[in-house]
Amino acid sequence: MAGYEGKAFKWVGTRPVRPDGVDKVTGRANYGADQNLAGQLTGRILRSPHAHAKILSIDTSKAEKLPGVKAVITGKDFPQMHRGVLPGDEGVNFHYLSSNIMARDKALYDGHAVAAVAATSAAIAEEALALIDVKYEVLPHVIDVDDALKPGAPLLHDDIFTTGVNPKPDKPSNTVQRVHMALGDANAAFKDADIIVERSFKSKTVHQGYIEPHAVVAEWCEDGQARIWCSSQGHFMVRALTARLLNMEVAQVRVMPAEIGGGFGGKTIIFIEPTAVLLARKAERPVRIVMSRDEVFRATGPAPGSSIDVKIGAKKNGMLVAAVGEFRFQAGAFPGSPLGPACMAAFGPYALAHVTSAGYEAVTNRPLCFSYRAPGAPLASFAVESVIDEIAQKLNIDPMEMRIMNGSKEGTQMVYGPKLKAVGNLECLKAIKNHPINKIPLGPNQGRGLAAGFWFNLGGQSSAVVNIAEDGTATIMTGSPDIGGSRASMALMAAEVLGIDYSKVRPIVGDTSAVGFCEITHGSRVTFATGMAIIQAAEDVVLQCRQRVAAMWEVDVEAVVWEDGHARPAGANAGEQKPLSLAQIAARAARTGGPLVGKAAINAGGAGPAFAVHICDVEVDPETGGVKILRYVASQDAGKAIHPSYVEGQIQGGAVQGIGWALNEEYIYGADGRLQNSGFLDYRIPVASDLPMIEPIILEIPNPGHPFGVRGVGEVGIVPPLAALANAISRATGVRMMDLPMTPPKILAAIDAKK
Amino acid sequence: MSKFHISATVNGEAVEYLCDPKQTLLDVLRDELNLTGSKEGCSSGDCGACSVTLDGRLVCSCLVLGVEMQGRSVETIESMASGEKLHPLQQKFLEAAALQCGFCTPGFLVAAKSLLEKNPNPTESETRYWLAGNLCRCTGYDKIIRAVLETAADMRGSK
Amino acid sequence: MARIVLSDEFGRQFAGGQTRFDLDVKNVRHLIRELEEMFPGIGEHLEAGAIAIDNEIIPDPWLNPIKPNSEVFFLPPIKGG
Ligand code: FES
Ligand code: FES
Repeated sequence: MAGYEGKAFKWVGTRPVRPDGVDKVTGRANYGADQNLAGQLTGRILRSPHAHAKILSIDTSKAEKLPGVKAVITGKDFPQMHRGVLPGDEGVNFHYLSSNIMARDKALYDGHAVAAVAATSAAIAEEALALIDVKYEVLPHVIDVDDALKPGAPLLHDDIFTTGVNPKPDKPSNTVQRVHMALGDANAAFKDADIIVERSFKSKTVHQGYIEPHAVVAEWCEDGQARIWCSSQGHFMVRALTARLLNMEVAQVRVMPAEIGGGFGGKTIIFIEPTAVLLARKAERPVRIVMSRDEVFRATGPAPGSSIDVKIGAKKNGMLVAAVGEFRFQAGAFPGSPLGPACMAAFGPYALAHVTSAGYEAVTNRPLCFSYRAPGAPLASFAVESVIDEIAQKLNIDPMEMRIMNGSKEGTQMVYGPKLKAVGNLECLKAIKNHPINKIPLGPNQGRGLAAGFWFNLGGQSSAVVNIAEDGTATIMTGSPDIGGSRASMALMAAEVLGIDYSKVRPIVGDTSAVGFCEITHGSRVTFATGMAIIQAAEDVVLQCRQRVAAMWEVDVEAVVWEDGHARPAGANAGEQKPLSLAQIAARAARTGGPLVGKAAINAGGAGPAFAVHICDVEVDPETGGVKILRYVASQDAGKAIHPSYVEGQIQGGAVQGIGWALNEEYIYGADGRLQNSGFLDYRIPVASDLPMIEPIILEIPNPGHPFGVRGVGEVGIVPPLAALANAISRATGVRMMDLPMTPPKILAAIDAKK
Repeated sequence: MSKFHISATVNGEAVEYLCDPKQTLLDVLRDELNLTGSKEGCSSGDCGACSVTLDGRLVCSCLVLGVEMQGRSVETIESMASGEKLHPLQQKFLEAAALQCGFCTPGFLVAAKSLLEKNPNPTESETRYWLAGNLCRCTGYDKIIRAVLETAADMRGSK
Repeated sequence: MARIVLSDEFGRQFAGGQTRFDLDVKNVRHLIRELEEMFPGIGEHLEAGAIAIDNEIIPDPWLNPIKPNSEVFFLPPIKGG
């Protein structure tokens, strides 16, 4: 697949208007809730008001009798799933997944679905919900991860036996797993340290905060097939999970991808699709369910809160000698928190000979904690980068120099085993070091903070088709939802390989029956893996063109080269032939073997890790504890930026999500275990007036595992901001914040305590 | 629940619809009139995805009731382009990559247009505060703010 | 012989604490079969995670070859956002 090194790109790296752009600025684009089928009913879900309760009975008879109500379902309508994880299920516990979508014998969190109705109007559906009589026996609940880990904590499940410990426990507990990984012997190595800093950090659950609530329209057909329109990060995932939970064959479910209004990991799993299908089946009419914002907060898959201890030892000159991290992650009501990746990513920016990364995951009476942008890494990194900064402060050395001195690079062995290949950590650090922001003098109550971050990036399965039309224009199709401009990147890569104009390539996101399988859009994998599939499918077209032209010219295929969208003779020996354009070859397609269709189906390895380094200036108001961000600069290694504007957008968006996580955002629970801030007014995400411009710096250290050098850019940008802000606040105020979010009252209390 | 018969003007055209007293203007636009360009992100006035202008004034359509619309006039994202010509803000949003998922985009465009009608020369800070009622989770606002400021400059220049 | 490294948890849970093995195997499928024979029950857990061969993390690598001097790490599953 080589052959692109050193080549000047014509399209890759340019910034054209995205192909789906006009639909999105005119309101024409169809998102999940915009689908409207004839006869469509409104579905609504009844949710538990209790954090933990036995469901004694559910009486739906009154609701069923209400005129306009066409179907009512409860957990009884869902097929029973096997308990535990079966071999071949890729670790998915379908009993848990099904129980999260509709509670069975217990409600496990405030907001847990217990019943659903479909009615001819929203008003009737809501009236029907009020008529459903659920009898609960309220049980003691547990919200905090440290509490959930304690012996004697209220038990959520009777079938969770901690894995990763020896001996295997014989009693169930809330502790899902123990993860432990080590390099060298950190505990022994601490004796060589001149300074050791050990700190504990706490953080709260935060939500991805996509602006589009989950939405689905489902239709049941008389022949036993289901059609689903929904926005998700992967319609093949929706198909597979829905089919499995409803005991259907996969090919009987067809999922049409709507445009997706943000996901950030939160739409990598299903919450309402099987419910909509069951309602549609019972009602014999299409059903649309659109979550309210309250439901999105209470009953989807936010990122876990955590409790973390980090201990790092260093020499006087700043060289790190040993590090230990102990990470305790909430899991929500069912296992699923990103503990493993957190342990793996925590110390990613550092070359450490002696390091231990370990942790526990515990279920709590909260909504399922799931993936949020670089899952697990921001929390782990917040703790590690804060301690690194404190060591630099104590040793009175430049935190930048300390990071460069200890920075991981090609050949560094990671705590999880393998060594890094070519990566851009040091380049990101140096880009920030050389940035003019460092020369700007700081005023009173101002501070400058710096932090680094790491994320693996993922590959995986993708398919792509490139169809060449009779006039040489191309339709390219993949099954990867376009969440932030990936259609543009796909079209750029196809244009590059085919050698035709970007405007002649139309990218399509195909439904599950129209295109080959693609894994979910997550892990920064689409531009990398689906992009690789597009490149290979386009190369397939090029090869077919060369073969056909070779046949016409009566020469070997090697005698025909592809340059600039034309087949040309390879050299003087290949004869005197006039170059043929793709359009000319396409016009002759029928006579040379039929349609020109390029295909690729791959399972991409070779994903290249991403690094990011952020620096920011803040001013802390000593009267209120409020933090104002004055300047923010973010560097990141993209490998190769296919469409730089959207790479910048990913960097800026990630940084601002991290800023929200650092300063404002948190789930607030009352003593009754109910979520108290399930709206955007009280769960405040950053707004335009909170922020300065976010200056992105794109670095391009090519990933050797991708033909164009792509790494994937979606995730790592959310990793550094938490610590970058904490470090800046520490330098502005002299107090170190170890409890997220760093709200004005907390900062003020810390400042007052120091006085 | 009996429905109300309402006559109003939507994007310059006279429309009539029936709505129940609980339906918001946003519900009416999306479900009764099939104008799904205005989005629902919260239905509580916090996200701005449903922004429209009502008798020329910027409002969240989720905070207006359908029955309040009698005799009034609403403009939505669907009327922002004229024919094949995009509004300069729409064009600039495309060129500046000021959208990622695009879900907040209709609301931002409607709100930004209303800003530029009132203040053709806003500062960055005025723009940020005017748009503080519109949430975007994808972009970090940077490219949106730049797009609005650049459009304002272009529009001033072309006058 | 290739150097095979299990995570600490797997070592503790299945292999009596041992995490490093030198094995003569052709590909990942052979390797998992071999480990399953040595430590019954470990196979499905290994398959649910990720694998790094010679410093490259590979998804679902059954057929990826393992060279005599290869280094193989079994990792926890990684999910993106
Ligand atoms: S839907 Fe109206 S402000 Fe959010
Ligand atoms: S572009 Fe996705 S919310 Fe703004």
